[in-house]
Amino acid sequence: MSKLGTLGARLHRGEIGYDFVGKRMIWYAVSILITITAIVGLAVRGLNMGIEFQGGAVFTTERTSVSVSQAETYAEEASGHDAIVQKLGNGGLRIQVAGVDTGKSDQIKEDLAKNLKVDAEKINADLVGPSWGDQVADKAWQGLAIFMVLVVIYLAIAFEWRMAAAALVALIHDITITVGVYALVGFEVTPGTVIGLLTILGYSLYDTVVVFDSLKEQTKDITKQTRWTYSEIADRSINGTLVRSINTTVVALLPVAGLLFIGGGVLGAGMLNDISLSLFVGLAAGAYSSIFIATPLVADFKEREPQMKALRKRVLAKRAAAAAKGESQEAPVVEQTYDDEDPEDATPAVVGPRAQRAQPSSRGRGRGRPSGKRR
Amino acid sequence: MAAPKKGRQGTQGRPGRTLALILIAIVALTGGMFASGHTTPRLGIDLAGGTSITLQARNEPGQKNAINKTNMDTAVDIMNRRVNGLGVSEAEVQTQGDSNIIVNIPKGTNSKQAREQVGTTAKLYFRPVLTTEVSGGDPAATPSPSGSGTPSGSPSPGSDKGKESEKATSSASPSATPSATATSQGRAVTDALKADPTPSAGTSGKGNPSAEPSASADPATAKLQAEYAALDCSKRTARAKAGDGVKAADPTVACGQNAQGQWQKYILGPAEVEGTDVDKASAVFDTQGAAGWKVTMDFTGKGGKKFAGITGKLAQNQSPQNQFAIVLDGEVVSDPYVSQALTGGTAEISGSFTQQESQDLANMLSYGALPLTFTEASVTTVTAALGGEQLEAGLIAGAIGLALVVLYLVIYYRGLSLIAIASLLVSAVMTYVIMSLLGPTIGFALNLPAVCGAIVAIGITADSFIVFFERIRDEIREGRSMRPAVERAWPRARRTILVSDFVSFLAAAVLFVVTVGKVQGFAFTLGLTTLLDVVVVFFFTKPLMTILARKKFFAEGHSWSGLDPKRLGVQPPLRRTRRVSAPVDTKEA
Repeated sequence: MSKLGTLGARLHRGEIGYDFVGKRMIWYAVSILITITAIVGLAVRGLNMGIEFQGGAVFTTERTSVSVSQAETYAEEASGHDAIVQKLGNGGLRIQVAGVDTGKSDQIKEDLAKNLKVDAEKINADLVGPSWGDQVADKAWQGLAIFMVLVVIYLAIAFEWRMAAAALVALIHDITITVGVYALVGFEVTPGTVIGLLTILGYSLYDTVVVFDSLKEQTKDITKQTRWTYSEIADRSINGTLVRSINTTVVALLPVAGLLFIGGGVLGAGMLNDISLSLFVGLAAGAYSSIFIATPLVADFKEREPQMKALRKRVLAKRAAAAAKGESQEAPVVEQTYDDEDPEDATPAVVGPRAQRAQPSSRGRGRGRPSGKRR
Repeated sequence: MAAPKKGRQGTQGRPGRTLALILIAIVALTGGMFASGHTTPRLGIDLAGGTSITLQARNEPGQKNAINKTNMDTAVDIMNRRVNGLGVSEAEVQTQGDSNIIVNIPKGTNSKQAREQVGTTAKLYFRPVLTTEVSGGDPAATPSPSGSGTPSGSPSPGSDKGKESEKATSSASPSATPSATATSQGRAVTDALKADPTPSAGTSGKGNPSAEPSASADPATAKLQAEYAALDCSKRTARAKAGDGVKAADPTVACGQNAQGQWQKYILGPAEVEGTDVDKASAVFDTQGAAGWKVTMDFTGKGGKKFAGITGKLAQNQSPQNQFAIVLDGEVVSDPYVSQALTGGTAEISGSFTQQESQDLANMLSYGALPLTFTEASVTTVTAALGGEQLEAGLIAGAIGLALVVLYLVIYYRGLSLIAIASLLVSAVMTYVIMSLLGPTIGFALNLPAVCGAIVAIGITADSFIVFFERIRDEIREGRSMRPAVERAWPRARRTILVSDFVSFLAAAVLFVVTVGKVQGFAFTLGLTTLLDVVVVFFFTKPLMTILARKKFFAEGHSWSGLDPKRLGVQPPLRRTRRVSAPVDTKEA
């Protein structure tokens, strides 16, 4: 604990840190690879759409001694369609029959009840017409599209359009990965899955927004100093909020894990399981993307701005000049370890004081942080 | 330093008062919950057991844009009548999305019958009344035959409703046309049933249901008579069965309720006009005549001709055979008498309607003309046992999730976690109370996805505290003491919390508005808990933090407070570095 606290402090001070922005290309590549895998998986294997999307019936019985294969035979006899039977955690059976008309299901239910020797009144039936699933899915896509438009508008106002664009990319990234995992692993897609997926929307952005908020605060007067480039400050923002991001993600995942444990382990299958599974995958992807994708993307976008280009030039020039003069004063801890993972910036970083002494730097710091906060 | 100072005065000023305020609010809400008697949230079908049917509206061929709010609302009204007419208690019918109707039938009722009812398309017919009388019920409550003496009145209890006498008139003619209907009761035979020796129908309004068929050569008619005689409309099951499965072209028996709320039974002739012949119907207030609220009907071209035909015939008859019954799903919803042939393609039904009555009738008439058909999109039957099991599983999952979060917070934040746990508890209590109260007020029902939403919300709520705590720790790492650290951390944490909660809320709101089915319940809980999160953080967590920051335990950074500067890595070297770097600046500048 104390170590964690110290780690937090060191991250906060920038004594240590991972060069997220500098190494962004690696992570972009990783993400693109995952995304391609997901898309290929989706194209080749497709999604295992549940009964709710094809139309059919799901019957759930209470505890019964009838074996799975026997129940399968019964169900197929009764319905004339293929049936999938699962044993549930409580000893009951879950019988799925695809392609059954909602009108015919009562008959099937009666037959099943007779064969399985359980009371027909004690069988749960979930009957879905083929168009219902489509409607649920259509509405979900519609909701997704509307949400994306609104959130981009909101983020563009609250922050700026570059951040909004980066957040959107991260969001699409998360959803693609989640869908891809479903395609590759072959989990069944149900309305519960869709619910989980849609929840990721808000949640994946939660972490991203926390990092962006810190980034916005720290780059307020960026052009008034020549000490850091935008990318470097972005990096500090990520590192500074890293503990927070980890904590929020862990805390968000814990209840979902509880759901998954109960939903998957005790009930066997059903809505709880479906929601929590897609949430779990999506949350993990969301935490990853807000750190490794969203913020580096913002830095990339920002560095293309003429202002930021000029700033970068100034910063690099200053560092180069300092290097040329060969001043090798003792660098403050603050800077020393900070850039050492980025070979390009390593040399200038050592001679930090040279850059630090520059007038605009101190002025910028003074204004940007009325608090006298160091960064 | 002006801005933070302002914030300090504003937020630190009266933390105790804010705390007291929210505690009073919670007590008031809880008190309201107990006062209202709804101490648990209403459970959805998937948790309580029962049947939930989703019906999807479709345009009938050739009709576009028929799925609109008016039509859907009319359909819901009708479904409600049908389901609740079955004796299903507390069945609820509501629209969802723009083209779905959800029918929720609680456990313990005959869901199969209910399904049949809502699954079939409503049938509206105009049938001539052959005979009618009060059925069952309290004889003392028989209507007084108020109309028997007046020429315009109709002596049969079918049309004579004491306070209201309905009649259909051509909209062109003045509504108060006194038809010279003689009160020669007992005159038999209508055109419709010419072939059959009909009963000597027409009963007196004095409540003696004595009308027996005079003769019956035709076995079908005899059967009808027998059915009629046996029919007791005061019994629900009998009502539901009456006229079940009868074709439009056959005569039938039916029940209806008159203005006194008494059940009345009828023998009705074959349907002459169908619901689809009505183009539209609306309730209007008659400003010229003194008729008050009335219902006007426009017929389609074909329907107008048919209607002219039937009214022409009926107008010549004696009561009650000058009446036609508007039959919806086998139940007589209105039985106006006809005073003359109505040829204009329009008609109005007047009587002493209240606004509500006239609108209901207009709705029902419109429904027959609704160019919508409904198909069962999904039917979910959940036994009470499984519902209970799912609820239990959800609660256990929630408890596990909560325990894990608390454990993590305690390990990581130590003393600070007390504040987080207290806030989580406040949040949980408020969520529970508000959910309980929303049951009776807006019909909110807690279903499984909603339980999931609440569990997921534990994480979202706890995240807000983490954002706040991490900010405070950052400030302490800057070398501040506890109290200024809290006050400086708050404005920044506040902004972050607001922005991220707004995004969460936006997602929930969009989902709630756009989606259908179970997604909606989930979105609702998520949105509610997000709002409550903001309330709790602002009015509970922050003031509590401010108060506790004054306590020695936190202010001095006790090693178990979670704010121990040493543990947070505030080390002398930090101060040295800062001091060193400052002179460097001035020296070289």
